Amino acid sequence: MKTAVIVFPGSNCDRDIAVALESVTGRKPEMVWHGDSTLPDGVGLVALPGGFSYGDYLRSGAIGARSPIMRAVVEAADKGLPVLGICNGFQVLTEAGLLPGALMRNEGLNFVCREVALTVENAQTAFTSRYAQGETITIPVAHHDGNYFSDAETLDRLEGEGRVAFRYAGAVNGSARGIAGVLNAGGNVLGMMPHPERRIEAAHGGDDGRRLFEGLLETVGA
Amino acid sequence: MKLRIFVTLKPGVLDPQGKAIHKALDGLGFAGVNDVRQGKLIELDVADTTDDASIDEMCRKLLANTVIENYRIERA
Repeated sequence: MKTAVIVFPGSNCDRDIAVALESVTGRKPEMVWHGDSTLPDGVGLVALPGGFSYGDYLRSGAIGARSPIMRAVVEAADKGLPVLGICNGFQVLTEAGLLPGALMRNEGLNFVCREVALTVENAQTAFTSRYAQGETITIPVAHHDGNYFSDAETLDRLEGEGRVAFRYAGAVNGSARGIAGVLNAGGNVLGMMPHPERRIEAAHGGDDGRRLFEGLLETVGA
Repeated sequence: MKLRIFVTLKPGVLDPQGKAIHKALDGLGFAGVNDVRQGKLIELDVADTTDDASIDEMCRKLLANTVIENYRIERA
């Protein structure tokens, strides 16, 4: 599978996700600068990495979401291309309108950087097929603005449609209903605050994150 | 033309920063502070010919995230 990683000024997990993608797919991803206006041909996945695009100016992800490349990402996502946004990438996806809700300052105001337990809420998605429904996995988080907010009606809809992919098993950042990762209506866009790319081999303390990429490879195809 | 855009959190949206400020004011001994909400003030200098619809669009498309924020435009 050919993949692309969008690089914004201030991205700092772009190389981590590149290593994870290469390790699982066997191919180096195309690194795409935010100022570009087209995606490389034939990519099966676009990843938006963690970091602090534009220094989190205005709101986390706000300026990045208005980058030239994001018009191409939104267009491709609307046609069904899988898009994965991790941490700042999740913030960019909500700001771009590809996912509902917003990521606000953590409830406790602290930057939270630790391993957290997540419950897999929907194992029947392109991103989660290698997990068992209801399984608890361990993935690291590192964020200041991970407090997911949406109005009650939207939250009910997300839950009803199986669009909550991951939920924190314990208190982390004040997220509404403990939501850690959400999908778009088509199921091809996933945003999540935890970093699966930081948990892909034994040296990381486990490989619970690796299965997300393996599942994608299996679903999207080699 | 100078504009001031006030961006504030919608009622009901939790404001952890406002809460922290509130606590600090209490800590300084200021009595009678009922609530604190933190927002943003964005100052724009735009061409006099800029119409209201464009200004409103700037707010909706970028300056405020209308999922969580309200905005108010003040002409200086």
